[in-house]
Amino acid sequence: MTAIPLGVPRRLVEFTLDGQEARVPEGATILDACRAAGKDIPTLCQGDTLTPKNACRVCVVEVEGARTLAPACSRKAEAGMEVRTDTERARHSRKVVLELLASSVNLSTTPRAAEWIKEYEAKPDRFGPDAARVDEEPRVDNDLYVRDYDKCILCYKCVDACGDQWQNTFAISVVGRGFDARIAVEHDAPLTDSACVYCGNCVEVCPTGALSFKSEFDMRAAGTWNEAEQTETTTVCAYCGVGCNLTLHVQDNEIVKVTSPHDNPVTHGNLCIKGRFGYQHVQNRD
Amino acid sequence: MKKRDRTPKTYTRLTHPLVRDARDEPFRRATWDEALARAADGFRRTREAHGPDAFAMLSCARATNEMNYVAQKFTRVVMGTNNVDSCNRTCHAPSVAGLSAAFGSGGGTSSYEEVEHTDLVVMWGSNARFAHPIFFQHVLKGIRNGARMYAVDPRRTSTAEWAESWLGLNVGTDIPLAHAVGREIIHAGLHNKAFIERATTGFDEYAELVEPWTLSLAEKVTGVPAAAIRDLAHAYATAERAQLCWTLGITEHHNGTDNVRALINLSLLTGHVGRYGSGVQPLRGQNNVQGGGDMGAIPNRLPGFQDILDAAHRVKFERAWGAAIQPRYGMTLTDMFEAMEHGELRAVYCIGENPAQSEADSEQAIRRLAALDHLVVQDIFLTKTAEMADVVLPATAAWAETDGTTTNSERRVQRVRAALTPPGEAREDIDIICEVAARLGHDWKFADSEAVWNELRALSPDHFGMTYDRLEEHQGLQWPCPDLEVLPSSFLHGRLWESDPALRGPAAPFGLVAHDPPVDLTDESFPIRLTTGRRLDSYNTGVQSGGYASPLRRGEYIELCPEDAERYGVVVGEEVRVSSRRGVVVAPVWVDPALRPGLAFMTMHFPDEVDTNQLTIEANCPIAGTAEFKASAIRIEKLPVAAVRS
Repeated sequence: MTAIPLGVPRRLVEFTLDGQEARVPEGATILDACRAAGKDIPTLCQGDTLTPKNACRVCVVEVEGARTLAPACSRKAEAGMEVRTDTERARHSRKVVLELLASSVNLSTTPRAAEWIKEYEAKPDRFGPDAARVDEEPRVDNDLYVRDYDKCILCYKCVDACGDQWQNTFAISVVGRGFDARIAVEHDAPLTDSACVYCGNCVEVCPTGALSFKSEFDMRAAGTWNEAEQTETTTVCAYCGVGCNLTLHVQDNEIVKVTSPHDNPVTHGNLCIKGRFGYQHVQNRD
Repeated sequence: MKKRDRTPKTYTRLTHPLVRDARDEPFRRATWDEALARAADGFRRTREAHGPDAFAMLSCARATNEMNYVAQKFTRVVMGTNNVDSCNRTCHAPSVAGLSAAFGSGGGTSSYEEVEHTDLVVMWGSNARFAHPIFFQHVLKGIRNGARMYAVDPRRTSTAEWAESWLGLNVGTDIPLAHAVGREIIHAGLHNKAFIERATTGFDEYAELVEPWTLSLAEKVTGVPAAAIRDLAHAYATAERAQLCWTLGITEHHNGTDNVRALINLSLLTGHVGRYGSGVQPLRGQNNVQGGGDMGAIPNRLPGFQDILDAAHRVKFERAWGAAIQPRYGMTLTDMFEAMEHGELRAVYCIGENPAQSEADSEQAIRRLAALDHLVVQDIFLTKTAEMADVVLPATAAWAETDGTTTNSERRVQRVRAALTPPGEAREDIDIICEVAARLGHDWKFADSEAVWNELRALSPDHFGMTYDRLEEHQGLQWPCPDLEVLPSSFLHGRLWESDPALRGPAAPFGLVAHDPPVDLTDESFPIRLTTGRRLDSYNTGVQSGGYASPLRRGEYIELCPEDAERYGVVVGEEVRVSSRRGVVVAPVWVDPALRPGLAFMTMHFPDEVDTNQLTIEANCPIAGTAEFKASAIRIEKLPVAAVRS
């Protein structure tokens, strides 16, 4: 970051976290404090570039004196509060949330999901085979990205990224009510008939792979997707002069995916269609 | 409306050097040794027969700072001329010229972050929503934070959808509009008298100059309602902080530099410059067009934007390089093309540029390039320009296959890193230039891009504080950054607000510029004004952006407003003949309600399909040399039925 006026210095808030003294700047969340203390709290719908939506409830913690469990991602730390992150009650709640999610949604491409299911001893099969929520084929209606709503956990991150938090295109919204709620573009049209401008900023924030780049989707389908073999190199986009940072994911000397560093002062994790997808020209090699 | 599937021409990478034994023969594959020897021999022969000024270098606004530094060093040290330029000439050279004239430095004055914390954003001749989408996200953040935006553009673009007010001016009437805004500010007593007195010169002359531009006269000339002009003037002058942003709608005119000066005048009038959140910001259109200029790949500046006419600067570089530097400006890209016409320019080393397709009046550009004795093209593709070359050298893609740095629109120097192995025998630009230099008797040894950068840092005070390690640590730093410890300020020219005259430095002069309508006037035979621009998913001549399958791509159309389409009796998709005083193309029609009667819009993204630059006019800005891409006069004719392709 460059030197900027920092504004009013923020006070530190002191509170107790799992019996330890914790001090965080005013306005920080419990999750911030947990991460600062090196505690590994599971999160799915929390995004470092988005306002918390409190949708998934896997990060719940216990706050002394509160009636209900609090989502760590959005609950601000307050002076004197006593927070416990690993109690029986919090663990049980996380376990049930993971069971509900994993029984109704395909978490096969969600990073760390399998690890958490094991850690919290969740049993996704307890609700039987009828629990699946969507049960539809992936939607492939353009050459850039694929929507596989079988994997969607309704975290609303893509809605926020496409809406007023970043992109302001408003191509993605929630349709239906209650159990029928799902993510769709207006009138459930194909993406190519929607307002979508193919920036891929929804794919950037999707936590489960429900939205994925077609390059990745095709390689996974062909069984050639291999993250262990990939290198990630951050460079600068070759189109306009804004200077967006790109992270090129390269496998076998081919760019297979482009992401954007979330903490970058130029992009904050966002790109446009050219930066995100316009790389093919360098690898038309024959 | 079904979009037609028109796959643009895709280029494949060059993998080995190509030479031809005579102009009328096809290319044949050559070894690196042969190709480099031929390239160097041609340059040597030209220099011996016609002197150093018969050589010119077209450097690349796509490549890294390091490559641009080496390319201009090759031009000045090996060839002994200042004839080095790049495509900045076709876009923002007027911004650089205008900003230098006013403030002594050719960069935008603010950072992106400041636009999030400002009270008013004026987007003048800029469709940032399409052309600079991620910058526009910062603007949108500002709007969400309560800033108001004004859009000044002949077209009601998607940027204008977010505006408080859209001022749809006639093409080429930016100066009357700016002057009318200035006059209104002065007459309402809203100008910042203290700032004008302390930090500017020429205010009285400026006030006199704008006096005739009353709101009603401006309305007559620009087509913008007087009330809207007045509203913009008052909003801009009374805002606590305001950002004035522009792009090619301002610069791609035959008087682009004057346009830029007219806008800068407004910032001087109100003191909207040199403070956090207040500034003037040209949005650059190529990933390293700012850096190319900063590195001295322009005919009038040495690296670090140091003036060639200043003997002290020259001596510093002559000592470092062990070569004499011509004490005069070299040719701009525009001058170069004229010098080709007169046979004064005979050899060109063209790195990563495609002037055969990107120059206005492209047919003329091709004719001139063909007349050269020796043309060496170094590129990643066999572009239209490369097809005309004597020697083609396969290079690497700077952004993905080399290490180095680039400089963005907010003057932020950022690291570029190699992620891919280059194809075939392709070699890095710097490597190739050094090989050619070696064959001309200059043995340069750069271990890597960092060594080049460190040589530049030692010569450019603005870049001295930017070591690779620091760039890494801070995710880029903004120049000027003279210090290895202190972080640079995010905005320029804070000095103008100092109360001590010694610290304040030179005052910023008002630019006394007069209205000059477009050269290519509309008349009865060419009644429509054609303007050009970019679409969201495509880019320039399409060489890069043609490589991926964009669902938004429709190919090239001539866009008309619904009223005009009805008047000419044409429908969407129908092919029409579009003629200007220079050329004729056939293009299908698209109807866009963002346009107004008498205004048409095209891009140059698909030159193989519709060569828009056959229509554009080469009339250019005498100061910066940028052509008037934004204003041509055209007519549209229906094709006879037999000619309509099924």
